[in-house]
Amino acid sequence: MGVITYISRFLVMKKRETSTKTTEKQLLSGNEAIALGAFESGVKVASAYPGTPSTEILENFCAYEGVYAEWAPNEKVALEVALGASFAGVRALATMKHVGLNVAADPLFTAAYTGVRGGLVIITADDPEMHSSQNEQDNRNYAFAAKVPMLEPSDPSEAKEFMKIAYRMSEEFDTPVLVRTTTRVAHVKGLVSPGKHEDSSVKAGIEKIPEKLVMLPSNARKRRVELEKRMARLREFAETFPENRIEWGDRKRGFITSGVSYLYVKEAFPDASVLKLGMAYPFPSGMIKDFASKVDEVFVVEELDPFIETHVKAMGVSCKGKELIPSYGELNAGIVRRAITGKAVETVFEPVPIPFRPPNLCPGCPHRGIFYAISKLNVFVAGDIGCYTLAALKPLSSMDSCVCMGASIGTAFGMEKALGKDALGKIVAVIGDSTFIHSGITGLIDIVYNRGFTTVIILDNRTTGMTGHQPNPSTGVTITGDISTLVDIEAICRAIGVKHVRTINPHEIEAAIKVLREEVERPEPSVIITKAPCVLVPEMKKRKDKTLFLVMPEKCAGCRTCLKLGCPAIEWVAVTPEEAKRLGYKEKQKGYSRINAVLCDGCGQCAPLCKFKAIVTAKKEGK
Amino acid sequence: MGNILFCGVGGQGILLASEITSFALIKAGLDIKKSEVHGMAQRGGSVVAHLKYGDKVYSPLIEPGAADIEVAFEMLESLRYLPYLNRESRVIVNTQKILPPSVTTGVEPYPDDVLAQLRGKGLAVFPVNAFEAARLAGETKAVNMILVGCLSAFLPVEAEVFRAVIKERVPERFMKANIEAFKQGREIIGNLLRAAG
Ligand code: SF4
Ligand code: SF4
Repeated sequence: MGVITYISRFLVMKKRETSTKTTEKQLLSGNEAIALGAFESGVKVASAYPGTPSTEILENFCAYEGVYAEWAPNEKVALEVALGASFAGVRALATMKHVGLNVAADPLFTAAYTGVRGGLVIITADDPEMHSSQNEQDNRNYAFAAKVPMLEPSDPSEAKEFMKIAYRMSEEFDTPVLVRTTTRVAHVKGLVSPGKHEDSSVKAGIEKIPEKLVMLPSNARKRRVELEKRMARLREFAETFPENRIEWGDRKRGFITSGVSYLYVKEAFPDASVLKLGMAYPFPSGMIKDFASKVDEVFVVEELDPFIETHVKAMGVSCKGKELIPSYGELNAGIVRRAITGKAVETVFEPVPIPFRPPNLCPGCPHRGIFYAISKLNVFVAGDIGCYTLAALKPLSSMDSCVCMGASIGTAFGMEKALGKDALGKIVAVIGDSTFIHSGITGLIDIVYNRGFTTVIILDNRTTGMTGHQPNPSTGVTITGDISTLVDIEAICRAIGVKHVRTINPHEIEAAIKVLREEVERPEPSVIITKAPCVLVPEMKKRKDKTLFLVMPEKCAGCRTCLKLGCPAIEWVAVTPEEAKRLGYKEKQKGYSRINAVLCDGCGQCAPLCKFKAIVTAKKEGK
Repeated sequence: MGNILFCGVGGQGILLASEITSFALIKAGLDIKKSEVHGMAQRGGSVVAHLKYGDKVYSPLIEPGAADIEVAFEMLESLRYLPYLNRESRVIVNTQKILPPSVTTGVEPYPDDVLAQLRGKGLAVFPVNAFEAARLAGETKAVNMILVGCLSAFLPVEAEVFRAVIKERVPERFMKANIEAFKQGREIIGNLLRAAG
């Protein structure tokens, strides 16, 4: 171990398989299909902030020829960049996960007023079941609230086609179009046929149209009227839109559904009549009423909120929905079948109790070191969104709140203001590099401006880890792997006015504890930047000079201190009293620790924790 | 129509294995849908991929009790997804163990009767030491191809098709080892099937 050299980030671009020339069907994920659909639609500018399950769209899109793609600092900026590109008359794309649209909601609502020049599509990738999210909000509500049409594909093949439809609609109706996926569309792979390349009907260039683009109240009031007219036209369009379609079958049961729920309905009730809404908003009320009048009973099957159901009921059509279908979590064909028929499918095998396997920080993860250090401080840890949120789990258990991107700083400061001087030394905020750039900077400004003393710990691991290692402004590399200006986090903190900014190595736990103690006690704002690369960035994975660690079994006293790190490489081996004796341990020693050489990454965090000096480098041991 | 459930631990090459299988099924003229989960769920946690094939596949998710084949890349994981299986299901289990946190920290033991538990349910169990087999094939990272080889014996696709897909999809320098691993996998399963009569 020793000094962690500051490694610049070279992201090697992988060229995508998705060839644009072949006409053969390809196996694509929903996200890959959306990227292809955007490319075939002639999209020139795409901007996004990474977020599961949306991330792969831009990662794939950026590999196409003749396009510009970027990681923006956050979703609001991403949407603004896409909107600007649309103003300049080119087709543009912004992609984000569901909670990202909360951040981008501000431009969204007014972009509905301005409308577009070049087609503008916004992807919202929702995450029912919260596979990788902090909530499972249903973003169809945004389409309604912002008065923007929304398309909802049910599989990769539709995802690609719907992109092309969305761009045509956007230009024809002068509106941004939302395309909503869910995890089971975004991360499902299916067969997709490549299609023809299309282009915008608009000419690129600067055009001054203040009555359309300057949303002063006087202009906005006029656009507001336009917006109503547009929605009326869209409602009419929905009636004949081919992707709103009825598949007639047995007329006893009629299902109204959209997105992936359509597939569950088809699997559970292959013979029933189905009204599939390719457009999730606005609704074709004529079509819905007509469909309802021709079936005995109407069922609305949708994940999460009763969005379709509420609107169908408002049309005066009676239907069954959420009294049968769960309003949280994902659906599947079995759940739908059971909900409608009331007959539970017999589970053949019940789950058996086995050890849980939760996600965990990797062996050698720099976050582990700093959170172990923080856990020694006995403070309230206002946390944030990233891999490091896993530090909330045992044995580190050192995160006490986690709400949304950037919230660590504001919430820590709010607690401090609530408690006054008593809070000194008792609260810290912890935030990752990418999250700090996303929306932590403004929180830090609040602390400085309003004379707080919060300690903010910024975890700089040179990447956006959780979403799959995207570069970000503080890594100085772009989405396509080009070297760019590195946004200096330390300089930002100083420029904001934080006088005490210290950079430390999170792998050196003892030193980190000392710095933490000094800074939390300081009655002034302070920032501690922990700098060490994520073990999964390519330079770290490729490095040859890794020195592994091992436990000398004869020295291990079985005190279990090292296990409190929670490193997956450190394993406890239990021994019986007889075995203990045979191994030369005291009879009451219950076991010993062992380091799994396949997993150890050589970070060295564990060695100084062992009071018995049992953990040493493998080199020293001569192995 | 068939349902294959791949499960294991993040980083074991499950996605590539399910991908190769998907391509082989497609080459054989079948429709497929494959569902996987990325993001937080991957960080060393339990990972599962659903692969469904047939003339026309709607839902991307296998229903509980409906998996025809389970391919478990890690022994303990074979038990975790038990509710997806039925009495006719076949279970291919890599006998490799990756210890979950509660085991490494000594809170609870790793169950030592995983295969017995599976067999106790009347399931057709095919235990494979895929790590050792991959080592013999010359590439310890080819564990996934050993298991694809085993799985291929149960699918309506010729071995040739699989080989062609591996040649198309696996980088040149790993090809030989992967083709060899696939062959080993098929042999292993052949022997197990013969032994089972
Ligand atoms: S290696 Fe050291 S810290 Fe870990 S159990 Fe043994 S004596 Fe305790
Ligand atoms: S065993 Fe020790 S040196 Fe190896 S990765 Fe874990 S904490 Fe780091």
